[in-house]
Amino acid sequence: MKAIEPHLPVLPVLIPLFGALFSAFFRRGASAWLVALVATWLAAAVSCWLLAKALATGMPISYQLGGWAVPWGIEYRVDVLNGFVGALVTTIGAVIMPYARRSVAHEIDQHVQAWFYTMYLLCMTGLLGITLTGDAFNVFVFLEVSSLSTYVLIAMGRHRRAVLAAYQYLIVGTIGATFYVIGIGLLYLVTGSLNLADISARLATAPPEFARPVVTALGFLTIGICLKLALFPLHVWLPNAYAYAPSVATVFLAATATKVAVYLLLRFFFTVFGAGIGLASVPIPELLFVFSIAAMFIASFSAAFENNAKRMLAYSSIAQIGYITLGIALANQSGLTGSIVHLLNHAIMKATLFMALGAVAFRLGVVQISDLAGLGRKMPVTMATFVVAGLGIIGVPGTAGFISKWHLALGALEKGMWPLVFAIVSSSLIALVYIGRVVEVAYFREPAAAANKAHDPPISMLAPMLLLAAATIWFGLDTRASVGIAAEGAKVLLGGLK
Amino acid sequence: MKAIIDAVSHYNYFITFFLMVAGLYVVISRGNMIKKLIGLTLFQSSVYLLYVAPGKIIGGTAPIIDPAFKVYSNPLPHVLILTAIVVGVATLALGLALVVRINEAYGTIEEDEIFARDGEI
Amino acid sequence: MRHDIILRIGAKLILPFILLFALYVHFHGEYGPGGGFQAGVISASVVILYALIFGVEPTKRAVPQGLVERLIPLGVLLYASVGLPAFFHGRNFLDYGVLGRDSASGHALGILLIETGVLITVASTMVAIFYAFADRGRT
Repeated sequence: MKAIEPHLPVLPVLIPLFGALFSAFFRRGASAWLVALVATWLAAAVSCWLLAKALATGMPISYQLGGWAVPWGIEYRVDVLNGFVGALVTTIGAVIMPYARRSVAHEIDQHVQAWFYTMYLLCMTGLLGITLTGDAFNVFVFLEVSSLSTYVLIAMGRHRRAVLAAYQYLIVGTIGATFYVIGIGLLYLVTGSLNLADISARLATAPPEFARPVVTALGFLTIGICLKLALFPLHVWLPNAYAYAPSVATVFLAATATKVAVYLLLRFFFTVFGAGIGLASVPIPELLFVFSIAAMFIASFSAAFENNAKRMLAYSSIAQIGYITLGIALANQSGLTGSIVHLLNHAIMKATLFMALGAVAFRLGVVQISDLAGLGRKMPVTMATFVVAGLGIIGVPGTAGFISKWHLALGALEKGMWPLVFAIVSSSLIALVYIGRVVEVAYFREPAAAANKAHDPPISMLAPMLLLAAATIWFGLDTRASVGIAAEGAKVLLGGLK
Repeated sequence: MKAIIDAVSHYNYFITFFLMVAGLYVVISRGNMIKKLIGLTLFQSSVYLLYVAPGKIIGGTAPIIDPAFKVYSNPLPHVLILTAIVVGVATLALGLALVVRINEAYGTIEEDEIFARDGEI
Repeated sequence: MRHDIILRIGAKLILPFILLFALYVHFHGEYGPGGGFQAGVISASVVILYALIFGVEPTKRAVPQGLVERLIPLGVLLYASVGLPAFFHGRNFLDYGVLGRDSASGHALGILLIETGVLITVASTMVAIFYAFADRGRT
């Protein structure tokens, strides 16, 4: 244990990377799954250890790759915030794995199953790399590692539209990543550094004539990252990508990919620019308010009118991203705590919802809302987890969703922006409409002929769903761990501000 | 006059941003999926120029330490862009592979025809 | 192509030299233009040229598709593994100076292994892409 501890910051990236290589090497679906299972759980254990260590030390843990000194070499820099996001990504990725075996075997051809697990692990590698690295260009490389594997994951969907969705995401995602590189390039021209902490320090002392390229860089970075996190109106790629990807891929992407992009946005806004030139010099919060509220309402309305259940949840994800960016725009302790804790809460709830739909697809092969008729009686456990997580999305007290919205509302009140509280509550009512539609169809309609023989999926698929549904309740009642860590993360972000 | 000289001496940025905007325009305006990918590649190439051009120090030589030289060009942007080029090639290859699959599934690579076949998605 | 005797004999003569040139480019990469990428593409061109002249089926008997698809992760594995020995010497990941007697020889050996990994992956990826497209027209 003593020998491993100094290498903790790099291990969460290495374990899925080696797992991906081994599962590609074995080429058989079953052995690839076993490799992925071991790799994800190992990575989850290591990430949680890393988070515990970051919480205990209270200082950023620095790790220099290849022993090259900062700022010349690549540095992995882990504080409470990215330790938290890393633990979130790996834990969700690990919990999905037992579920994945039956679902993947059902949805994906035998000879490409190993590639599916390879891409899954590569995507995880990329997401963890973005999270843990402290080097701006390294972020880009990992961004592309995760994006390229995501395109492949989406293209493995059964419907021919899956390939089209993957292509559209490839175009948008590459534009986003290129915007990010342009932003980094401009920052590099001004500061001569690629280390995020070093950039921040050098921005603070940059001569005033560099103000314009710095603001331009901020604009490029914001748009590039917002394309990745699907902030309204840059969200058009997301509904199709989530709707046509294989169920397991949708669960993983919905729970983790956008969260990591949000983390990146937080890192740039607060640690790089906020600490360097101060947020006041940039009109970003005003824009974020407008787009967040637009996302909360317009995407929720789209969800309410959507007939494909997976697409409905995808629109709901865009609305939930709106809550998270709302907290970023508030930029005070309560608002940021709400945002960060919503990363966790939304990941748990959306993973549960998409897993429940994946179970429906496993039994019925379709996920139109009308096809769910009568499933409340035919697949009782599956639909029960759906309802629990759905209540969380609405924000009913006692579920995790309520906790995040509570802190967001507190943040809005602290700023004296009480209309925002009204907006949060009323957009939750729209969530009640679209979740309510599914519940109505599932519990109060007679099952269709196809659904008559349906029953709950095997225990390997049920257990992860039940676990996450229980977590939805748990984090709604006992908030010491989730809100505690989120508050620490918010403190780290705000403490560095100029 | 000084403004003009300033502008001309930064001609590399004009070229860079012209390519950038041209590439982005092609991506947005064309319905043909291959042409979109070509536009995307043009867009990415402009970024290579954005990095590489300022790495050249006028009068500087290759960064191999030798007592005869005092000024060296900056090698780091080249290394970064080598990585970015590889990433760009991988993206292009994956994009083209997807277009092949789309062509097999739909029989066309024109976006409007695909939407007409599948309904707007 | 069965009757093009000049092509068949010419190819048989030239193929080993292309492979040799690939190795030259690979091992010379430290001192001149070249390295794993270029060498990988050149050695893949050996397989592709063979397939163009003698047909895809005989090529697949010589270089099976399963082998090619296993070599892709194997090359990356070699690349990534170069970073691992540092763990056992109390150094950070990718500090491959520990591979040799001193830091300089360790770095020389490490970069050669990394380039070899690149060569394996690039060459097998090229061949895999070629196989993937060669199969498409037939079915």
